[in-house]
Amino acid sequence: MRHTISVIVENKFGVLARVSGMFSGRGFNIDSLNVAPMHDPSTSRITVVLKGDDAALDMVIKQLRKLVNVVDVLDFKEGQAVARELVLVKVKANAQTRFELLQIKDIFRAKIVHLSLDAIIIEATGDDEKVTALLGLLEPFGILELARTGRLALKR
Amino acid sequence: MKKDQTSPAAFPKAEIGREMKGSDAVVECLIREGVDVIFAYPGGASQELHQSLARTDKIRTILPRHEQGGSFAAEGYARATGKVGVCMATSGPGATNLVSAIADAYMDSIPLVAITGQVYSKYIGKMAFQETDFYGMTLPIVKHSYLVMDVHELPRVFKEAFHLARTGRPGPVIIDLPKDVQQAKFQPVFPATVEFRNQYATASQMATDEQLKQVLALIGEAKKPVLYAGGGIISSGAHEALKKFAEKTNVPVATTLMGLGGFPESHPLSMQWFGMHGAAYGNWAVDQCDLLLCVGARFDDRITGDTGKFAAHAKIVHIDIDASEHNKNKRVLLPVVSDVKPALVRLNELATANKFKAPDTAAWHAQIATWKKDQPFQYDKSKHIVPQEAVAALYELTKGDAIMTTGVGQHQMWAAQFYRFNEPRRYISSLGLGAMGFGYPAALGAKVACPDKQVIDIDGDGSFMMNIQELATAHIEKIAAKAMILNNQHLGMVVQWEDRFYGSVRGNTILGDESNVGSPDNLGGLYPDFVKIAEGFGVKGRRVHQKNELKAAIQEMLDHDGPFVLDVIVPYTEHVLPMIPAGKTVKDMILK
Repeated sequence: MRHTISVIVENKFGVLARVSGMFSGRGFNIDSLNVAPMHDPSTSRITVVLKGDDAALDMVIKQLRKLVNVVDVLDFKEGQAVARELVLVKVKANAQTRFELLQIKDIFRAKIVHLSLDAIIIEATGDDEKVTALLGLLEPFGILELARTGRLALKR
Repeated sequence: MKKDQTSPAAFPKAEIGREMKGSDAVVECLIREGVDVIFAYPGGASQELHQSLARTDKIRTILPRHEQGGSFAAEGYARATGKVGVCMATSGPGATNLVSAIADAYMDSIPLVAITGQVYSKYIGKMAFQETDFYGMTLPIVKHSYLVMDVHELPRVFKEAFHLARTGRPGPVIIDLPKDVQQAKFQPVFPATVEFRNQYATASQMATDEQLKQVLALIGEAKKPVLYAGGGIISSGAHEALKKFAEKTNVPVATTLMGLGGFPESHPLSMQWFGMHGAAYGNWAVDQCDLLLCVGARFDDRITGDTGKFAAHAKIVHIDIDASEHNKNKRVLLPVVSDVKPALVRLNELATANKFKAPDTAAWHAQIATWKKDQPFQYDKSKHIVPQEAVAALYELTKGDAIMTTGVGQHQMWAAQFYRFNEPRRYISSLGLGAMGFGYPAALGAKVACPDKQVIDIDGDGSFMMNIQELATAHIEKIAAKAMILNNQHLGMVVQWEDRFYGSVRGNTILGDESNVGSPDNLGGLYPDFVKIAEGFGVKGRRVHQKNELKAAIQEMLDHDGPFVLDVIVPYTEHVLPMIPAGKTVKDMILK
């Protein structure tokens, strides 16, 4: 199972190492981890997608709460939060394929953020399913490079 | 500004200090936290701090002969008193030598503050001389840590560090101090209180009445209840509340090794301690109980063996201050997040208020009495002094009134089996980490903390050797900690596993000359000569190998007004029994 949790941490030296070290040191599996400062710049939000059963989730939350620089831990149950991911994908493109790629882009409400003679970079936002579906369609054209943010989530 | 005493209570208000150097502020902070002794080994990056310590008469600075010895001594001090132990080392190799004690304090939840010098902040990350990323290196083994880059943060950092080390579930906190921060001049503001954005860092954890009434209801229904009491009883100071609770409910008690002395072993309800080498009856009782009340313990693998088969028929209640221990190793019916002392005190109040009637467990108590009679801790007599006998003799001659420390191995188990502990903080041992070399430096720390008590390190010849240099500390600092070495010329516990599981093939477990192994029958082969080593350190020593001299030799050690090394020559053939092999169950317990 995959769980999404938000870890609100103090923006202090070494906090990310502490949080990520807790995951590795205690043998938890994470799919993605995203960090950035919050509206209050003294805190950051770490969004973690965790692989494991409910018992593992329970352990992770309790272990995170023990870290002194952790301000809060939010566990998003199914449907409680909106979740999005941003992906930048560079795809091979030439005069023949470009048009088809633009069509795909439109269907997924993605954007072209860079265009050159032999490649385009598409920016897309969405939930996991959408991003996976988009990448599946782009794959045959030749994905040159890919950068994903990992999942971000906010409580509804 | 300096007060007469070192104690947090002497400094109830935030104060602005005079202008001073960072290192002087560190000393001032230590005084404010009640520190009266620090175990510290100087070096370039911590020299400034030693200069400041040299200018105060409120803190005794003890120079160990190895940073590891100093840090184990700080732990011995903490374990004997419950106060925060403090050690200090320079950057790089000084700091890395503290790692074992920090890990040990983390495993056993011991309040420890470790202060390290760090290279000048402008050199951090440049691989400067004696630089290590100590903050990064210790992340997995600390409760919390600080690298102080701004001198103005010092007073707050120290206040927080001591708060974190001693409150909640205690543990080690490190403070890494670059040399320029120690040298910087500033006007400190000493806070009187701490604030954390993490609510759990200051919350006092207390069970609800509803939870505790459920606990009492479960006891009321039980036919075969057992109390499983761990180190939390001792760190929380709950031993008296536990005794009252056990008596009120008439539930027999088995402790862990961490909980040894948390319940008096001479009490009729005591089943002593259980686990891999614990009392057979304690293990049988836990195995067959229908209600297991775990208080301040963590279902360690040395307690449970195969967790799936541990207390398989029991409803389990787990009262612990650390919520992350609940359902971690063993799923339980009723997890209760609480400091164990207020929980037990409240349980006693509720039991009285609700006229709690202990269930009829006469058959259960009779069964336990039979087990106790059938299978006490025992050993076979020999023409030689056997190690168990030496511990029993020490118990007899000290009348049970001494603080024991130990190294790690067979002697550590025998010390727990054949000495009886009726009070908390009397069995001081590296239990979770199992760090050899712990015993003698820990004894120094305990003796410094409790100068009026006999403090005796029951050690093995392997473990004792690992911090033998601390005999110099004992002599120079006049610390009368005794060492009783159960010298079998082997790494006894590993030999025991070799004998039981590896066809007695010796894989580097003989400590002397393999072609001339010393023993009670071959005194010429004994290696090294601990008495001569002690003599070289200016410490009195005596070797004893004859049974009829054992008690006189122990008495000489006890009577001696100073440190003492008693080298007791024992055969290596003894095994610690009972034994539940690692990962196995009570049914697999080896009794012979």
